[in-house]
Amino acid sequence: MELLSLAVESIFINNVLLAMFLGLCTFLGCSKEVNTAHGLGLAVIFVLAITTPVNWLLHHYLLRPGALEWLGFPEIDLSFLTFITFIATIAAMVQLVEMIMEKYVPALYISLGIFLPLIAVNCAILGTSLFMEQRKYDFAEAAVFGFSSGIGWYLAIVAFAAVRQKLKYADLPKGLDGFAINMITTGLIAMAFMAFSGIKLTN
Amino acid sequence: MKLTKTKAYKVFKAPLIEANPVSVAILGICSSLAVTTQMIPSIVMVLAMTFVLSCSNVVISLLRHVIPKNIRIIVFLVVIASLVILADQLLKAFLFDVSKQLSVFVGLIITNCIIMGRAEAFALANDAWLSFWDGVGNGLGYGYILIVVAFFRELFGSGALFGIQVIPDALYELGYVNMGLMLLAPGVFVVIGLLVWVQNKLTGNS
Repeated sequence: MELLSLAVESIFINNVLLAMFLGLCTFLGCSKEVNTAHGLGLAVIFVLAITTPVNWLLHHYLLRPGALEWLGFPEIDLSFLTFITFIATIAAMVQLVEMIMEKYVPALYISLGIFLPLIAVNCAILGTSLFMEQRKYDFAEAAVFGFSSGIGWYLAIVAFAAVRQKLKYADLPKGLDGFAINMITTGLIAMAFMAFSGIKLTN
Repeated sequence: MKLTKTKAYKVFKAPLIEANPVSVAILGICSSLAVTTQMIPSIVMVLAMTFVLSCSNVVISLLRHVIPKNIRIIVFLVVIASLVILADQLLKAFLFDVSKQLSVFVGLIITNCIIMGRAEAFALANDAWLSFWDGVGNGLGYGYILIVVAFFRELFGSGALFGIQVIPDALYELGYVNMGLMLLAPGVFVVIGLLVWVQNKLTGNS
């Protein structure tokens, strides 16, 4: 039940994109069409669901202060290596996911195309791992948090792409079109998502 | 030769307004909007970002003949991540309170697309001196957006600047209320949208 509550919170209330501003570059760059947004969103869910638990394991058994106790070095603190380890895991995982997909699900691989490697530098992925570390989740929570953050990102980008497709035909004042109106639209979507705040499944 | 005529100056000045990395090239807004509720963390964030950006530009520019082309992204990531660790440790040592407030967003400088973008587009093709100024210029161009946004958010959201109350109590007694929306996520998006609109109007591009 607590895990379900965490999932609802990270999908709707603390949406990784609309409340934490993570993954905005990709969000603005790849949301011209709903289909691309859909494919990219699925890839992000996939990568997030894998990297967050893997980073949890690395952090728990290698990096945190006292983590090397099982090797007989209880006094070593490697937590300053967190950033570089996390980003290396993410880059490696994206590469691995790419190779597995190419071998076993070539159709999905082709439809994702260039977006798959680009996920490595998506701040939503690194951000989720860093939040997971900072909030001291346990393994199950980390897995749920990663997966549901991905779903939240997916929902946001698909909703935004749908609005943006309609927006193409709008007659906007000069200077407001493009980036400016995209930001304001995102603001409105973020406001809509705020309607979920305060929902709690457990007391 | 006058200072304003040198090439380094031109490289430094371009990204401030007309080729601004955030409002014109639409890069690197992701990692740091959450820190703009107040001026002080925003300024620290800008300093950290400018430090990482100029150093990574210099390092990558010096290494540009050695880096193999097909693994360059990994090399960039390693250079950037090491510099970010350095910046993070410095903040933790000297500005612990602000470092707590910035939390994960210092780490997220690694995935800021501006750094990767400048490494790829500028540092790989220019010498270290020019790359340094390009880094500083882009860092400040990014910083200007961040600080303007933080200014409006702190002023309207909590009636203060740099943590000091600037809106007089008399105004509150007349019924003035702080705009809570400014402190929440949607406020940022709207402020940036309006800022870019004004900038487009002034510079005449769209």
